[in-house]
Order: sequence, then C-alpha cells, then structure tokens
Amino acid sequence: MGRERLLLLHHATRRLLLLLPRSRGFSSSAGAAASSREPLHVCVVGSGPAGFYTADKMLKGHEEAQVDIIDRLPTPFGLVRSGVAPDHPETKIVVNQFSRVAANGRCSFYGNVTVGSDVSISELQKIYDVVVLAYGAESDRSLGIPGEDLRGIHSAREFVWWYNGHPDMCNLAPDLQSTDSAVVLGQGNVALDVARILLRCTSELAATDIADYAFDALRGNTIRKVYLVGRRGPVQAACTAKELREILGLKNVRVCIKEADLVTSTADEEEIRNSRIKRRVYELLSKAATAHKGYISNDQKELHFVFFRRPTRFLPAEDGSTVDAVQLEKTCLKDGVAGKPVAVGTGEFEDLKCGLVLKSIGYKSLPVEGLPFDNYRGVVPNLKGRVLSSESENATVESGLYVVGWLKRGPTGIVATNLHCAEETVAGILEDDKKGLFMGPGSKKQGRRGLLEILEQKNIRFVPFDGWEKIDSKEKMAGQLKNKPREKITTWDELLMAAN
Amino acid sequence: MLSRISQFGARLLRENRAAAYLPNSRSSYYRGQFSRHFAPAKNTLFSTTSNHDEDPQDKDKISVTFVNKDGTEQTISVPVGMSILEAAHENDIELEGACEGSLACSTCHVIVMDVKYYNKLEDPTDEENDMLDLAFGLTETSRLGCQVIAKPELDGMRVALPAATRNFAVDGYVPKPH
Repeated sequence: MGRERLLLLHHATRRLLLLLPRSRGFSSSAGAAASSREPLHVCVVGSGPAGFYTADKMLKGHEEAQVDIIDRLPTPFGLVRSGVAPDHPETKIVVNQFSRVAANGRCSFYGNVTVGSDVSISELQKIYDVVVLAYGAESDRSLGIPGEDLRGIHSAREFVWWYNGHPDMCNLAPDLQSTDSAVVLGQGNVALDVARILLRCTSELAATDIADYAFDALRGNTIRKVYLVGRRGPVQAACTAKELREILGLKNVRVCIKEADLVTSTADEEEIRNSRIKRRVYELLSKAATAHKGYISNDQKELHFVFFRRPTRFLPAEDGSTVDAVQLEKTCLKDGVAGKPVAVGTGEFEDLKCGLVLKSIGYKSLPVEGLPFDNYRGVVPNLKGRVLSSESENATVESGLYVVGWLKRGPTGIVATNLHCAEETVAGILEDDKKGLFMGPGSKKQGRRGLLEILEQKNIRFVPFDGWEKIDSKEKMAGQLKNKPREKITTWDELLMAAN
Repeated sequence: MLSRISQFGARLLRENRAAAYLPNSRSSYYRGQFSRHFAPAKNTLFSTTSNHDEDPQDKDKISVTFVNKDGTEQTISVPVGMSILEAAHENDIELEGACEGSLACSTCHVIVMDVKYYNKLEDPTDEENDMLDLAFGLTETSRLGCQVIAKPELDGMRVALPAATRNFAVDGYVPKPH
C-alpha cells in the first residue's frame, strides 16, 4: 500500500509539474493542508508498547508522518518480549497490532541502534522534525542498605530479563539450588510474576516461551518457600487482582497470610472505599487467609505474604559473600504526603533466612547525554509529553523533543496505560505541528535518509523489521520442535546472525 | 449471508497475514484466538439458516450506536452472537483490542450509556472485573467490548468509547514505596 501511495504521489507530481511548472502550485492543487506539504519526519526511540502506540497514533493522526522507530536491541516490542511473563501469552498478543504498525509503508524499524552511543539525541534532532523518547526504564531503584551487593541478591528486572531471554541477562545464572527459601522484596505485579515463576510447576512452564536455560534451572530448583515482603499492609499492596488471583490459585502451593495483618484501620477502610482495585485486592487476600486447601502433599510449596516489614540489611553466610538472611524491621503506618500512608520502622527486628533475594522495588530510567533528566523522579521532565529543559518551574519547552511511557511518567502501569500516554504525547505533537513549529525557515529535515547516512558513516549494522521477522520465524520454528510458541534466541551474536 | 461469510474469511485472512508475517501462525495463543473468532460465527450461521423464512437480515442483526471520543456517533448493525469488539473492528471504529478478546487487557473498554441496557447484560466475570479494574475512565456501566455479545434484547444499545483526554498523572508522580 505504501508503495502504491508513493507511485500515486509520483504520478500526481509529474502531472502537476506538467501543468504548473512551479512547484508552488503543489499544495493548493493537491488540497493538502499547509502544514503537511512536506513529510513530517518523526523518530521514536524505543520499540516497546509506548513507542509502538506512539508510532500508531502518529501515523493515524498525521497523513504525512514518516515514523522511524529505533531500538538498541535487534528485537522489537520491549517489555512485551522481555518483561511480560512467559505464562502470560495473552498479554503478548498485542505484538500483532504492533507488527501491523511496523508493516505500514510510512513506518520503519531500526534495531541494534543505541541512542547515546551510536547516534546522539542532538544528531536525531538535526535530522528529524520530531523526536519522541520511549526508551523506558532499564535500571533499578536500589534499597541503599548494607549487604545489597551480596551474591544471591538480584533485582527482579534482572531475573525477569533472565527468564525471558534478554541478551543482556542471559548469563545471570541465579543460584536456585542452594536454598529452599527465596525472599521477594515488594508486592507489585513484578514481584508476583517472579514469585509465580519460582513456584509454578515446571510442567506448566514447559509449553511457554521461557528461555531454555531458565527452564532447565527452574526444573532443578530447590526453592520451597517464597516470601513476598511489603513495607505496608494488604490494603496498600501494589499488585492487581488478576495477578493476585492467579498466584493464589497456583497448584500445590499453600498460601500463608497472617490474619492479624488483615485488620484494617479507619484510614485503610477509606482507601478501600475509594478504590475499586484496592477493595478487590484486599478481598482476595482476606479470602486466601481464611481458605484452607483440601489436602496437603509432601512436596507442597509455600507462599508467604509478609506485611508491615521493611528490609534493613542483608546478612552474609559464613563464606562472607553470599546472602544468608534479610533483616526486617517491623513497621506501622503513619499519614504521609497527600494522605498516602507511609511505613515507619518500630525498632523491632527479625531475620528471615533465605539464599535468594529478588528486589522488586521499582524500575528506574537512565539518562542519556544531552537530555534533561529528573534524577529524583527518574523521568524526563515534561509537560504532557513535551520535554522541558529542567524540572524547575521556569523551565522552557525543548522544541521538537517529546517523551512517552515509563520515561515520561515513571515505571508503573500496564501495557494499555501506554496507549493513553501515547495519545497525550501525540496530541501535543499534532498541536505543535498545527502551530507550524516544525515549519521554521531552513527547517527542512532529512529524516530517514539522514539516519541511514549516519548509520553508514559509523558503520552500524542495523536490523530492519524484516531482520526481526527472520529472527521471529527461526524462534518459532525452533519452538515448534519443543511444543513451545517459540524458543528465544538469547545472545547478541546469535540474534544478529539470525537477522541476516 | 455469503457476503458475511466472505467478510469473515477476509478478516481471518487479514489477521492471519498481518499477524503472521511468519510462516507459522500456529502458536498456542493463536489457536485460542481463532476458536474465539469462530464461535460467534457459528452461531450466526446457525441462526441464519434456521430463521430463513423470517427475513434473516433484520432478525439476526441488532443496531448498536458507538459514541466516538470526539462525540460523533456511528450506528452499525451487528449480527447476533458477535462481540461488540469485533463489530467495531469490522466497521473501522477506533476501539482498541490489544489482546484480541482474550481477557488480558482493558483496551476495548466501552461505557454502556443506558443502565437499562447495561442491566440486560450478564454480570461480568471475575476475570472481566480484574481487567475493568485497570480500565481508563471506569464508570458504573463499563464493560469490555469483547465480552458484550450482541443479542436481540440489546437492539438500540448505545456505547461510548472512553475519551482519553483527561488529566494524566504526569506531575507529582512519586514512585510507590513497596
């Protein structure tokens, strides 16, 4: 279709040139809006849900938009590939929609291109009218407590990337065979994901797209008890009902919740009244606390919800380098900012023995050179997606630079949150285009041609979308042999080879 | 009738092609997907043939009005047994459907504009409610479009697509303590 369009345009131009030798006549005769005489060159940095929804909305919202999506990985789709749990295939169906976007003749994908090192933001700004940053959050918040570097402690992100075959984490090799207890710090959906993967019968994981090495490691794992530790109570748990319902219903897992932790304060009750999701999460936890599962088998695993505890230090084993326990301080809730309850330590401590710790306390975005960054909030300062020069009140808008997704609003929400987030950012872009912001004198940009020139100059072998399609079909073929939806290719070299 | 079948076939093809740039579209979730698409179609086929004498065109279709985000309205006719999500897509209505009707997202959220019609729907399942928890701009009469299946009692129903242009929590965001 894209090619047809181009051809049509080509014919139209030729005809017009015959009729009206001066190209000035073009826009009026063609009836195009003044602002859309030239293509609008848009570059989206990052190909996760935020990036693809932005491309989608941009292509639909602007007929002359040419959208190039850059990703540092050879594979598109960000966390849909490396974040969404392997046992949630329905959540990954959205890639069908994203692939249709990529198939649009006005959209191109450039994988294996890293913004910052391969091409800088200012270079992109020189060649594109619009640069939208959608590169998400590829780092982690840290607890900042003693012992955080001990062996056996990982961020949940690392663990998730590992079992999802992210090429940067395929060598993590977490030790799952030296301990029977794992502690997950945090009670959000990512925490529930990693706990579920540890507890789920491996026979149920066999037919997922989990990385093969992760499947092997999980099959031999000795972990019998998983503790989900939260600083606050069941009313404040950050998970959603779907994920909670799922983990509470795991086969052969006994759920342990202290009934005393379910006692609610008046503030809690108000929170429950005001939030449907909190009410439903709380109800699920209450039900699970009192439910007694019919039979208890010998190899039953345990899932403990530990509320009102905050980690204060990690204690090493005798070898001095491996984690042996987490020291937890009891907490109670106090009124915090904007009525949000905060956990305050009570001075009572206890140790929780464990040989594996997964910190699921939040992802963190990383700054890129030449880009304003709010280090405190870990986002790019912005006003409805328009990048601001700083987080201060008298900041100015960085012309042509936008942000979307986790980099814009912090690392929360589900895939669909990015849809509305992208709508907001794209609305800003379209508004700015109408105002003629991308039409200044000498503002004609090279777009895609300019990017290709830079990549060629720097000798960067990018992976186009059909390169990814080759990876994709190889993975699916390999998966078919094992009755899996795909067998992920998990190293950089193999990915780049498969893309050729 | 024929056209309906061919339309459906075309849709399958379209999806197949778009989704499966890869030769193998038989991954597990696809299979689930196709069976989901087939189910309503079978109903349609069945009822059409059985009611052959009673002008099937009118009997087996209901009229549903979509109120778009910009306030414009579009009235379409929906075969009994088809989901509102599918009907919207067949008529190019801008209703998202990220998980293609597998109850794993909330993007096909619609607001039933009349409680009378809302009450004619079967209660949402826990699974649908789990997704509605996360829907943008949830109301008392919100449903997922993939779970609202056209039936004769729903003839004349009006549903709104939630408008996205509301305050986004961009400022004052504080990462949640765990």
